Amino acid sequence: MMKIINYLDHIDKRWIYLVLAIAVIFPFLFPIGCPMKITPPVSNMYNYINDSIPEGGVMLVSVDYDPSTMAELHPMGKALITHCFSKNIRVFLMGLYPPGVGLAQDMISNTLEEWNKSNPDNIKILGNDISLFAFVPGVSVVILKMGEDIRGTFNTDAYGNDLDSLPIMAGVNTYNDIDYMVDLAGSSVILSWIIYANGRYNQKMGIGTTAVSMAEYYAYLNSGQANGMLGGLKGAAEYEALLIKNNVSQDRNQASIGMDAQSSGHLTYIIFIIVGNIIYFIKRKKEK
Amino acid sequence: MAISTSIWIWIAALLTLSIYSFLYKDNPFYKFSEKILVGISIGYTVSIYFHNTIIAKVWNPLVHDHNFLVIVPLILGLLMFSRLFKGKAYLSRIPIAFVVGTGCGMSIPSSFENLFKQVQGTMPQVFTIGNIIILIGVLSTLIYFFFSVEHKGIIGKVTRVGITFIMIGFGAAFGATIMARISLFIGRIQFLLGDWLGIIS
Repeated sequence: MMKIINYLDHIDKRWIYLVLAIAVIFPFLFPIGCPMKITPPVSNMYNYINDSIPEGGVMLVSVDYDPSTMAELHPMGKALITHCFSKNIRVFLMGLYPPGVGLAQDMISNTLEEWNKSNPDNIKILGNDISLFAFVPGVSVVILKMGEDIRGTFNTDAYGNDLDSLPIMAGVNTYNDIDYMVDLAGSSVILSWIIYANGRYNQKMGIGTTAVSMAEYYAYLNSGQANGMLGGLKGAAEYEALLIKNNVSQDRNQASIGMDAQSSGHLTYIIFIIVGNIIYFIKRKKEK
Repeated sequence: MAISTSIWIWIAALLTLSIYSFLYKDNPFYKFSEKILVGISIGYTVSIYFHNTIIAKVWNPLVHDHNFLVIVPLILGLLMFSRLFKGKAYLSRIPIAFVVGTGCGMSIPSSFENLFKQVQGTMPQVFTIGNIIILIGVLSTLIYFFFSVEHKGIIGKVTRVGITFIMIGFGAAFGATIMARISLFIGRIQFLLGDWLGIIS
């Protein structure tokens, strides 16, 4: 018995990596279909976009992350855009940091392609239904200036077109013309949006953040500064599940498919933690 | 689905595998990929800043629109480079003072407003179990970080409650961190098995 415990106590960490990799890969090859509960922060955001933004309304999505957190936040953006397309809501994307602009372009091209392929009777066009503001440095200053003059802040879209020439810009000048905004970020930039856009201009907003930052931003839901939150891959999967439930999407999407692997990975972690603790206590007892 | 024929997908897949090879041990493939990542990140950021700041906010307004007001922030920006010249380095304090002044002016009132909203959010408007737990958690944690009074007697008991809340918070944060790290791995696996190998749709 002690031989096994000593072996496990000194096991090469690479075996642990291998077991975890197998645990994550296996559900992709043999899907389990784990059940998923929709949490109130996600359903609140879905319901607000679904019921409170009129047809032709405006939603702003700020893509403030880089490829390191893309796995968690990209599916959120795609799900939000798909939802807006289904409700004929105009979508503006922007990025407060350079990598966000590139990722937003990828998000736009993917969602436009997928939507237009599956909805030939409701084609969406770049510049008419969705647009991406050009990158402007300044973070907090950009957020503040948008409250006074969006056109003057960006001048052009990310593709070099004058904002005044875009049909999507009709009637959009300040935060007063934006029905809802969601910041997708894994950093404290969310706080800047809450402080300046919500605090100073009363911009109704939601949060899309990584699982690491999720706990930090619950406080802003409780205070009413944000009315919904998508937390990590699970949040994106819940939003995708709501889209499927309401017949906006037909198939399970990127985040939903990943949830089986997430559950399998968590189970493996829990087993490792339990085994590790058992070994620790047995060894401590023996040493005494 | 079939294996990808796109050269870019192949490059991305091989770089992903090179990075993950570090889990086995440090090797030249990992070092190569790491350096590419750093180089491309900086190159991309510099080019975006150049086109969207120097060209869009300085060159175009000056040369095409003849907006000479741009010269003021341009000079302030150039003064930052005075740090490179030993005798003139003091000039960089001017733009720094400008940035600090405007930054404080912008953030202090809004931060206070945010703080008050957070305090208001802590006050239970409706007495539910969740709200009471939040109130007890906030107060006991704040008392734990109050070091002007010795943590003995009733204060000691309250700080024990506070430290319990802090530990639960750490546990939740650690759990969420694991979830996030697995999510990132899932993203790469989806790319490798789906976009690259075509095994999953």
